[in-house]
Amino acid sequence: MTADPLPRALAEACAEVRTAGPADAVAGVAPRFVARPGDLAEASRLMTAAASLGLTVVPRGAGTKLAWGDRPESCDLVIDTGRMNRVLEHAAGDLVVRVQAGLGLHRLAAVLAEAGQRLALDPAPLDPAPVAAAGREGLGDGPDARAGTIGGILATGAAGPLRLRYGTPRDLAIGITVVRADGTVAVSGGKVVKNVAGYDLGKLFAGSYGTLGLIAEAVFRLHPLPAAASFVTVDAADTDAAHAAITAAAGSPLAPSAAEIHRPARGAPVSVGILLEGDPDGVAARSARMAELLGAGCAVATDPPGWWERGAAAAADGTVVRIAFWAADLANVVRAVDAAAAAAGLDPVIGGSAAAGVIYAAAGESAAPAAVARFVLDLRTAVGANPSAFADGSPPPSAADLPPSRGSVVVLHAPAGVRAAADVWGPVPAAGLMRAIKDQFDPEHRMAPGRFAGGI
Amino acid sequence: MTAQATRAASGPSRALGALTPRMTQICGADGVLTDPAELATYECDGLTAHRCSPGLVVLPTTAEQVAAVVTACAQAKIPFVARGSGTGLSGGALPRADGVLIVTSRMRRVIAIDRQSRRAIVEPGVTNLAVSKAAEPFGLFYAPDPSSQVVCSVGGNVAENSGGAHCLKHGFTVHHVTGLQVVTPDGQLTWLGDGTGAAPGYDLVGAFIGSEGTLGVVTKIIVKLTTIPEAVTTLLAAFRTMGAGGAAVSAIIGSGILPGAIEMMDALAIEAAEAAVACRYPAGAGAVLIVELDGPATDVARETAAVRAICEREGAYEIRAAHDAAERTAIWTGRKSAFAAVGRISPAYIVQDGVVPRTALSEVLDKIAELSAASGIRVANVFHAGDGNLHPLVLFDDARPGAAAAAEEVSGAILDLCISHGGSITGEHGVGVDKSKYMPKMFGADDLDTMQLVRCAFDPAGLCNPGKIFPAPRLCGEVPGVRREPHPLVASGQIEQF
Repeated sequence: MTADPLPRALAEACAEVRTAGPADAVAGVAPRFVARPGDLAEASRLMTAAASLGLTVVPRGAGTKLAWGDRPESCDLVIDTGRMNRVLEHAAGDLVVRVQAGLGLHRLAAVLAEAGQRLALDPAPLDPAPVAAAGREGLGDGPDARAGTIGGILATGAAGPLRLRYGTPRDLAIGITVVRADGTVAVSGGKVVKNVAGYDLGKLFAGSYGTLGLIAEAVFRLHPLPAAASFVTVDAADTDAAHAAITAAAGSPLAPSAAEIHRPARGAPVSVGILLEGDPDGVAARSARMAELLGAGCAVATDPPGWWERGAAAAADGTVVRIAFWAADLANVVRAVDAAAAAAGLDPVIGGSAAAGVIYAAAGESAAPAAVARFVLDLRTAVGANPSAFADGSPPPSAADLPPSRGSVVVLHAPAGVRAAADVWGPVPAAGLMRAIKDQFDPEHRMAPGRFAGGI
Repeated sequence: MTAQATRAASGPSRALGALTPRMTQICGADGVLTDPAELATYECDGLTAHRCSPGLVVLPTTAEQVAAVVTACAQAKIPFVARGSGTGLSGGALPRADGVLIVTSRMRRVIAIDRQSRRAIVEPGVTNLAVSKAAEPFGLFYAPDPSSQVVCSVGGNVAENSGGAHCLKHGFTVHHVTGLQVVTPDGQLTWLGDGTGAAPGYDLVGAFIGSEGTLGVVTKIIVKLTTIPEAVTTLLAAFRTMGAGGAAVSAIIGSGILPGAIEMMDALAIEAAEAAVACRYPAGAGAVLIVELDGPATDVARETAAVRAICEREGAYEIRAAHDAAERTAIWTGRKSAFAAVGRISPAYIVQDGVVPRTALSEVLDKIAELSAASGIRVANVFHAGDGNLHPLVLFDDARPGAAAAAEEVSGAILDLCISHGGSITGEHGVGVDKSKYMPKMFGADDLDTMQLVRCAFDPAGLCNPGKIFPAPRLCGEVPGVRREPHPLVASGQIEQF
């Protein structure tokens, strides 16, 4: 099979363009070309050239999340941000950093740590690193090849245990520079935390899976690196006990940074882990109080438990399903997972940010696509159904006062067979509005077409 | 800010008159105002320099009524503006003489509180403080706390992405809202997000918050509630100079402490506050710092001691600590009254809302002092020192000819300073009509054009709070920059192009 000749427009726009190889496939779709712009101007010329050639485009950082979402209907050109990997400006005195999208999360963390600061994001790493990322310049097969780049983390809204206290990428980003499908460069937000001038495009681009344009740069607000951290853990006998522990921890005045659960198999105890951070004396005092709150069997340690971050970490060919819900529904959600899993003949690992209302169910690579598809469907029906009791303290509101669903089930990472069989995204609120946004930003539907929710 | 005459269109149109019976059907007779004297009471929000009597006022009580009102406006191609409590400081709720003003103050239900999930569902007319009051029995509060929180509405907070004194640590409205029911400009009632904060799809909640009422009318808000901190201490520290106060702020933040709030006032602002509310701040202060620390008790105790030590080291000559709620309120009273208080020492004033990186604060404050000295126009400074959000109060006597224009010039020069130092023209008050002319100084044409794509997606007909934020509206579907004839809106006389 002869290679696609490189279109002259692409080669003129970008110094590093080549034909794609097998390792460049995006969720099983083979692209024709891969381009690596070195800076914003080159990225803009590249997108303009792609537009003139009518090419479909998928942006790529470390490639750790290319298997997230639906497979794209078409992918002519992969735009790799690997050369755009610098810290542009670290204003330590202002607790602000401006970076290029191709910068690895751990590289950034190292730079910030030197100033005693951090970007409060800890998304779970992929294990092992995807084949394509290994050996890629600047990422190697080190932690960034697994954790991903800032651009990818922002584009997928990936977050970890710290989301309880610090939120997700969209909560921490205060400015963004994007390249639209037609090559136009646009900035929104800025370099200061307080800023309400104009619309916040960063919110739209966060979690947009590359479907609105290329994220080229982003500005984040930072936090002081805590001097000490402590993990208070306990194994709860069952779901209800875990729910009680999580509720107590999250509702306490002890200001936990994270409150996670982990259950390796149906019937196993549910491990509960609470992260406390801050000044060493304060952390010691709070840990003692937290241990008292959670009851007998607690352990206090400075290192995370072995299962920390495992919930969302997928084996390279496994399936990870993300479940979002109102935190009071935790026990019901776990029971719903068990019911749906049993009916489908699965026994997924369950874990995640229980207090923040986001947990993950991970099925191994051997799970049959049809079974996973059925699991997802059944689970989706159960999760978010408006409850008959609206937690303690209030009479239940009428249906008219509630959103149609108070939860969601999304297939994040999955092998090709599962993605083909399952409804990856499920129904989305305001899909019509989302399609209107897409039509405005990418009228020719060339940015990662078909990858996103609502058929976008 | 020169007083603006009534807008282009000359009073309520016949089309509006034709709409009145339909509005009465929807909102009931006592939900529609047509009497000119009553309409005039809605002619401005907190930005009193811009006034325009609305063509018609409606006061719906349900989301369905709002949807029906907007549908009727959309069908008749009549513009509409939403208003909460009318405390906004950028003219976001400035009505249209040819349009309908939708006032949400009768939609005041706190619908439900879910303690374990730390969520509440509220209607847009609920005041900001009322949310915290309703949550208090559950040990929770609503964190974004604008100074106007006793009066301002949560719906308005959503429109402006309101912050307040505690937002450096606790975030703004966008960090505390996880779902919105809105009426889109074509009259559809729809939910954005689902209350989890992790709904699939584009973050339309995030796009809507801070859009200043230009993308639709919010009818229900799902808010995040926060656990009430175990301990709060409030310190008031007096310094001889602004420089010393600023150095203390830098040192506090540099030590790794993230205070709940850190506010600063200069001598002129203190003078005004004293005249208004007799707050009795330490005499002879060139600057006072209010620092609030919240969190677990042991941490707060340690941080309080550390902040005290830093203030002393930087030259604080008096430090007061609040020992109970009453003392805490007393310390805050001066700061919270500051805007209104300057009315005691000046017949008129302009409130600015610029932001600069915190590290540039002292340089910018020096430059503001230079501007003030050069122009002879007094500027009182009140600001959120922790995040660099300035509220310079430019004082003038509107009875003197030329004074208003001179004050406007100083005000604009201050915004230019903010932009040139890498900041923003608005930290929390919004752009509205007040600062739309500065948007092209902060953003390029491509930036503004891209932002307006969002507006085109939500409001292609351009009826939802038109004329706000962007100095030149984008015709949806047009290709910008390529133009052979005058812009259609220029040709029809609706706008001028500068």
